Amino acid sequence: MTIGQNRWLPHVVLILGVVVFAFPIYLAFIGSSHDAPTIARGEMPLTLGPHLVENYQQALATGEGVRARATPALTLMRNSFIMAVVIVVGKISISLLSAFAVVFFEFPLRMFFFWLIFITLMLPVEVRIVPTYAVVANLGMINTFAGLTIPLIASATATLLFRQYFMTIPDELVDASQIDGAGPMRFFWSVLLPLSRTNIAALCVIMFIYGWNQYLWPLLITTSRGMETIVMGIVKMVGTADAQTDWNLIMAVAILALLPPVLVVLIMQRWFVKGLVDAEK
Amino acid sequence: MRRRTIYRHKLLPYLLLAPQLAITLIFFYWPALQAIYQSFLLQDPFGLRTQFIWLENFQHVLSTPRYLESVRITLVFSTSVTLLAMGPALLLAVMADQVIRGATGYRTLLVWPYAIAPAVAAVLWLFIFHPSIGQIGQGLRALGIPWDYRINGNQALFLVIFVSAWKQVSYNFLFFLAGLQSIPKTIVEAAAIDGASQSRRFWRVVFPLLSPTTFFLLVVNIIYAFFDTFGVIHALTQGGPGRATTTLMYRVYRDGYINLDLGASSAQSVILMAAVIGLTVIQFRYIERRVHY
Repeated sequence: MTIGQNRWLPHVVLILGVVVFAFPIYLAFIGSSHDAPTIARGEMPLTLGPHLVENYQQALATGEGVRARATPALTLMRNSFIMAVVIVVGKISISLLSAFAVVFFEFPLRMFFFWLIFITLMLPVEVRIVPTYAVVANLGMINTFAGLTIPLIASATATLLFRQYFMTIPDELVDASQIDGAGPMRFFWSVLLPLSRTNIAALCVIMFIYGWNQYLWPLLITTSRGMETIVMGIVKMVGTADAQTDWNLIMAVAILALLPPVLVVLIMQRWFVKGLVDAEK
Repeated sequence: MRRRTIYRHKLLPYLLLAPQLAITLIFFYWPALQAIYQSFLLQDPFGLRTQFIWLENFQHVLSTPRYLESVRITLVFSTSVTLLAMGPALLLAVMADQVIRGATGYRTLLVWPYAIAPAVAAVLWLFIFHPSIGQIGQGLRALGIPWDYRINGNQALFLVIFVSAWKQVSYNFLFFLAGLQSIPKTIVEAAAIDGASQSRRFWRVVFPLLSPTTFFLLVVNIIYAFFDTFGVIHALTQGGPGRATTTLMYRVYRDGYINLDLGASSAQSVILMAAVIGLTVIQFRYIERRVHY
């Protein structure tokens, strides 16, 4: 569309959009640089305050203010990080293997198994949350990283994506590796994995955000403070959202909670967009 | 689609499938069946006595006025979130599509809210809309509006809708932009040469060509509003004040996990599952159609 249009209007609208998106982050950052009484009086200025460094130090090291008592943000971030990474690695490995089996092998009940996995696409964990919780509790996996991650690892999305990609790999490539005397696992490691690099990178970004941002599941599974993740930790800190609480620390933790996934998206933007668009096809 | 060359192994394919199948069976099929089974049972909160009561849980759930109230709230909530998340996204995408220089820069500045967890987005906006310490909350009160989402149900509903939509705009923006960029420029230019005005070009030419993207996003946004917004509601209002922001998903959580009414909660889960399956089937039927077109 190049003919006869206002040159400035798009920029004005887009900048307005950018401002609406950036506004809450800016205020959170400002909030994390003042002391709690200034915020509680409702007198927070729109400029940077003098307590930035000490607020973050306090949030990371102890997480304890005058009112709000929480787990140190360092522990929260470590737990979130472990959870996100285990989910990323788990989802991608089991999906690569099962997509490999479904595409490159012929065996009884092949399509039945494929559908068994495919159907799980339809039901997010939230729908069956109570019975899934019961299963995890019966297996003694409450308050463990296994309980936090394994139930979320089964995903049809990644399997479907890899299956679609594997189907575009030319038969000649398989033939050639067979002539060279490579068995199926050798083919998987030396040919298939290197070829899938971009798809794996794209999925890594999407799954990392998915894992880091989990809320309801860790809320149910963790009962001890040492196991809490940062997304649920911050909501616990807010509590009843009293004006008198340590908003400076809460905002510092909020910034720490959103920084890793936002950085991943910004740094890996190319793969992120690819992953997002592919995953929904 | 069939491959010409395939491996023939008796055991290996099953071993490769085993991890995925094991997790799927234990943490997906087993609990889903459990939910269906429990939805037919009457159980006391301690699990000491159970009784098989067929469809009574469903009858009970569906005839409870509070459940119907949640249905109404969910409809208002998900319709508003969907419209509010898709409208501005479409506007921004159309604008970004017209920018010749710097489109990538704008995309970078607009996509990152996708990465923020719904619960964290809720905390950020809570800090702004808080009646006594938030910038906008204070501003509204200074204007004489009795703003307090903690006691006013409509204000609470507005706030959870606003935050949920805010978080989803960037996702929709990315898909709309990709959709717009795949429309051949020549078609739009031909319409311009025929003398169609800019708005006419958009509504008569671009928008219909964008309909596959729009329809896909409609389904995704409804599912998002149903389930992924739990964090927003839990962090902001806990379903209150009263039950003003208790959506169906929030009810499942409260009845099952807080009130320990497993039968009712399971029946509600089963109803929700049916709703999602319905939505997904609609989506796939439409995708089939798109493939042929």
